[in-house]
Amino acid sequence: MTVSEPPLDTLLEVEAPEGIELCADLAGPVPRALAYAVDLLLRTLIIGALALITAPVGGAGLGFYLVVSFLLEWFYPVFFEVLRNGQTPGKRRFGLAVVNQDLSPVRLDASLVRNLLRAVDFLPLAYLGGLTSMSASRYFQRLGDLAAGTVVVHRDHRRPHAALPDAPPRVPDAPLGVEDQLAIIEFTQRHAQLSPARQEELADILAAHTGVHGAAAVSRLRGIGNWLVGSR
Amino acid sequence: MNQQDFEARHREEWARLDEWLTLSARKRPADDDFPRRYRGLCQQLALARKRRYSSGLVAELNALVLRAHHVLYGERASGDNRWLHFLLAGFPQALRSNARLVWLATALFVVPGLALAFACHLDSDMIFSVMSADEVRSFEAMYDPANDRFGRERGAGTDLTMFGYYIKNNIGVSFRTFAGGILMGLGSAFFLLYNGVMIGAVAGHLNQAGLAQTFFPFVIGHGAFELTAIVFSGAAGLKLGGALIDPAGLRRIEALRLAAREAIVIMYGAFVMLVIAAFIEAFWSASAALPEHLKYSVGGALWLLVIVYCLFSGRRDAA
Repeated sequence: MTVSEPPLDTLLEVEAPEGIELCADLAGPVPRALAYAVDLLLRTLIIGALALITAPVGGAGLGFYLVVSFLLEWFYPVFFEVLRNGQTPGKRRFGLAVVNQDLSPVRLDASLVRNLLRAVDFLPLAYLGGLTSMSASRYFQRLGDLAAGTVVVHRDHRRPHAALPDAPPRVPDAPLGVEDQLAIIEFTQRHAQLSPARQEELADILAAHTGVHGAAAVSRLRGIGNWLVGSR
Repeated sequence: MNQQDFEARHREEWARLDEWLTLSARKRPADDDFPRRYRGLCQQLALARKRRYSSGLVAELNALVLRAHHVLYGERASGDNRWLHFLLAGFPQALRSNARLVWLATALFVVPGLALAFACHLDSDMIFSVMSADEVRSFEAMYDPANDRFGRERGAGTDLTMFGYYIKNNIGVSFRTFAGGILMGLGSAFFLLYNGVMIGAVAGHLNQAGLAQTFFPFVIGHGAFELTAIVFSGAAGLKLGGALIDPAGLRRIEALRLAAREAIVIMYGAFVMLVIAAFIEAFWSASAALPEHLKYSVGGALWLLVIVYCLFSGRRDAA
């Protein structure tokens, strides 16, 4: 048997010291670019407001403005990543977070590395370098992420637990294998996410075995699904 | 046990943990039992996966475990005097254990710098091959002995303005010099060469133009911190490049990550040095009121201090 490559996926799986696999959804270039745009806007607003305030103060005001604009340019993301759980305001807006590759929180060292290297990721213009690196790397990492050992993940804390569909529990007509059971349970739990037509189409695959079609087949499968998860 | 019984048994526990995790770190009541509860949760996730419970439940538990994992491993080690220890020992030690790269960066900066300094000293037109006539004129104006402040154009702003400018500009150069290292070291090498050439050319030209008595007393003081810090940033960048060129048996990505961890230590130090340099440059070097010999002797003392610090500080408690 040949060793096969892991399937191409946007999941990062990490084995925790507790002996379990943790999974995180990696964020691709589009949400990250959007989050960056929000941060950029915010930074521009701050720097603009600061310019208005410091302009009348003269020399000292200009010096202060230059120091703050330096801090914003290099340390804005570092500040939020280290003190706000890996989330700049832009990342927070899009439910993203920076974490270490082992999914532990980023510390100052890693955050500084990934943010100082923005200077190179930005090259030749508009983060083309970073985009290329993200496309070529296994975990959507730009150069700064590669050097710091960090990844950007989706952090959706509360995924609503879908209620089960309303269908009388039904004992399966024949013993089912684990994979079959799982397929039927998933089908049942996703009843709110699939269009009725698609559900009927899927349920009809089994028509040869069950002899029912369309809506009847759907509600029959839902019943079996309800029974399988434990409804009686 | 089927899924619904499993959920019914643990649902309340999960909700409690969820609520606790949702509170911000400061408002969270202390919970010595948290590690145990976290391990319990891990076990439940493993069970849910093993028993092939639905993906919705597994995803929910996975998200909860991730958040708890974050809180558990996010606890910070309390660092008494970490900064002091870093400045007295950690930074100079990092420089010494990367001595070859520091010397390489020094050479990349100094050799072309000296070459251009001599060339521009011997030939008054040489300077125009690296910068425009306007730039040359503005440099000459900055070190006009009639100025009351050196190193800036007349009316460029107060000492505080210049302090802000030095922070933004010089530390920006340092950070870019470091970052360029990830391009196989080429970016760092470029910035070192470029800055060496520019500084050398200006020094040689001003010396030739008879402005040595204002230029050299100006640069000697903050130069001790600024020029060295730029070289150190270059060395940190070359460290990244070196790891990619010769990963020493590791995977390149692994080597890069280890190199970055060490290089960033040098960058903390370079940052501190550049802040010190900006202070000296804005408030001390620029002053025309201070006598030349005072600037030379203080500047010389600062160079000695920096060199002794880099060579010897923290040697005793080197691990």
